[in-house]
Amino acid sequence: MAVQTQTRWQRAQVIEVSDAAEGVRRIVLAPERPEHAAPGTHVDVELDVGNGVRRVRSYSVVRSADGGRRLTLSVRLSPTSSGGSAAMHRLRAGDELTVTAPLQNFPLAVGATRYVLVAGGIGVTALVAMASALRRRGADYELVLVGRSRAVMAYVDELAAEHGDRVRIHVDDEGTPLVVDDLVARIARTPAAAGTELYMCGPIGLMNAVSRSWTEHDLPATNLRFETFGSGGRHPAEEFLVRLPDLGREITVAPDTSILDALEAAGVETLSDCRKGECGLCLAKVVGSTGVVDHRDVFLSDSQKERSDRLCLCVSRAVAAPAEAGGGPGVPAVLSLRLT
Amino acid sequence: MSRTASPSTAAAPRATAAAKIFNYPRNAWYAAAWDHEVTGRQPLARTVAGVPLALWRTTEGRAVALADACWHRLAPLSMGRILGDELQCPYHGLRYNASGRCTGMPAQETVNPSAVVPSHPVVERYRYVWVWVGDPDLADPATVPDMHRMDDPAWAGDGETIHADCNYQLILDNLMDLTHEEFVHSSSIGQEELSEAEFDVTHEGDTVTVTRWMRDIDAPPFWLKNMRDKFPGFSGKVDRWQIITFQAPGTICIDVGVAKAGTGAPEGDRSQGVNGYVMNTITPETDRTSHYFWAFMRDYRLESQTITTQLRQAVHGVFGEDEEMLRAQQRAIDANPGHEFYSLNIDAGGMWVRRILERMLEAEGRPSSAPSAGQGA
Repeated sequence: MAVQTQTRWQRAQVIEVSDAAEGVRRIVLAPERPEHAAPGTHVDVELDVGNGVRRVRSYSVVRSADGGRRLTLSVRLSPTSSGGSAAMHRLRAGDELTVTAPLQNFPLAVGATRYVLVAGGIGVTALVAMASALRRRGADYELVLVGRSRAVMAYVDELAAEHGDRVRIHVDDEGTPLVVDDLVARIARTPAAAGTELYMCGPIGLMNAVSRSWTEHDLPATNLRFETFGSGGRHPAEEFLVRLPDLGREITVAPDTSILDALEAAGVETLSDCRKGECGLCLAKVVGSTGVVDHRDVFLSDSQKERSDRLCLCVSRAVAAPAEAGGGPGVPAVLSLRLT
Repeated sequence: MSRTASPSTAAAPRATAAAKIFNYPRNAWYAAAWDHEVTGRQPLARTVAGVPLALWRTTEGRAVALADACWHRLAPLSMGRILGDELQCPYHGLRYNASGRCTGMPAQETVNPSAVVPSHPVVERYRYVWVWVGDPDLADPATVPDMHRMDDPAWAGDGETIHADCNYQLILDNLMDLTHEEFVHSSSIGQEELSEAEFDVTHEGDTVTVTRWMRDIDAPPFWLKNMRDKFPGFSGKVDRWQIITFQAPGTICIDVGVAKAGTGAPEGDRSQGVNGYVMNTITPETDRTSHYFWAFMRDYRLESQTITTQLRQAVHGVFGEDEEMLRAQQRAIDANPGHEFYSLNIDAGGMWVRRILERMLEAEGRPSSAPSAGQGA
């Protein structure tokens, strides 16, 4: 099967909306040129986020039915994200929007001995179709669902019904949080360890923890696969300032926007490609910071993030330094950057 | 002339003319290469059903079929190097493992998690590397066409590949009706009894069988030589058979042979004869080019490499005549876009093959005419 990577824009009609969980909207689209969306695909959606500003956001295809005539997306309304989720939540049946044909960045490989799918929060959207495909294939798989509370976890009942005892559910406020190291240690102990592929989608903290544990247990790095939409960081998003000494500009980055979007809106020319912290094309030099850089990308290595002399404009942010270091609420961090 | 056809389960009447440039199913196993062509030393570039592939082997000897375009800037990976269990792009050095996952990128400490090229399901069987370029979830190794005589110890022989400049369906037509031997292969296997003899056509599921017996005839040169390899000094009349079996989407194994006339071969006793199997599997490359893998296997004088070589050379000569005809036919088709195909009674086998391929294409939601074929008037 060809990997779907060509961006072909088209119109799509919203044919159904409903709530999939607290704060999670399920949206079914009928694209004008239907195309089956394989497990792991997403669509890019062009959204009006207010004031005529148009933004492109990526959403996993939860399910593709009837040869792609019904594509289900699910969107968590994020108080701190970039305005895309609010626009998606405003959609009603009959509305039209501009979307791409399904794009594939996260394909499910063929032939692994065993599969483990780890979904953190809304990351489940990338894994629902994969789990179904594995069940149809008769593969050996396990689906791990992780969330803060059951009320906000989309599809949890549906998945439990579909996959039975292949599902493991970890809920923080039920006292059953996922202990990442236990999960990975258990994988490492099985005879199929070297042939086990782990697919994950969720907050960067969870993915980093899995990634670290995977390395510690000497599991093959290439068997670890993940999808990021630049979601979530170590710190809650807050407003901060970006200073561009070379251009003599100072630009405010609101909690619901990214540096890249803010620079583009301010007419600063930038380079970027993936817009989700993977490719490194938007990398900028950090020449000064009054706060803490919250790296949310997967391009830089841990040691590079620790040095923190460069960051990915598309997903990474800054937060004010702790009060004892002279920062605190109401004193936005100032990040001085040199663009490429 | 008789034709028997078992009742078809989905035989909706079709009034449309036969497609001239036939589309190919994607959800199928196709022979991509002979096993010895795929190595761990250097990748092999081969296009299967329109999909360019880089074929190579891991250190364990497992055959791998990656899409032949780097994720980064689409440079052909088949021009790259095999480094242990990884294939390295010849342009910027990105490395991919057997599942198509990128494992190394230049000038950065991490690897973009999105970087992956498709790795297609592969099965190695019957001396061929079979590849599935369609939906991998449907790739069932049990559905590789049966060509077991290719590596069955009761059979010996060898074959070659023809890169045929024609749509794959023209080759299937050619093999499903051997009447053409009389005209195309008059110096080797052709004889006028071919077009005089009756034949039976049957079909079941995804297979079609055409059976033709010619009794009490002179053996043509090719078969006289084979009889004398087994029965030195043989002369006299023979009973000759051709039993053609098609397996979707492109495999045709032909049970061929002659036996001393009247010794019971049509009734099942072939001990007084020589039996060969012409093993053909046709892989569409593009709409107008095909990989035609063939071998001639025999069940006698298994020890003789000389006979293996002689038979391979003889069939090479015969198939060279087909290749020339098929190329000329494709040219004439392209030069006469306003003309339709018409069918003869001898096309029954080939037309059942089309029906099966049409069903497969329909299941994939694709038309039976290749999109580039244009429309006949």
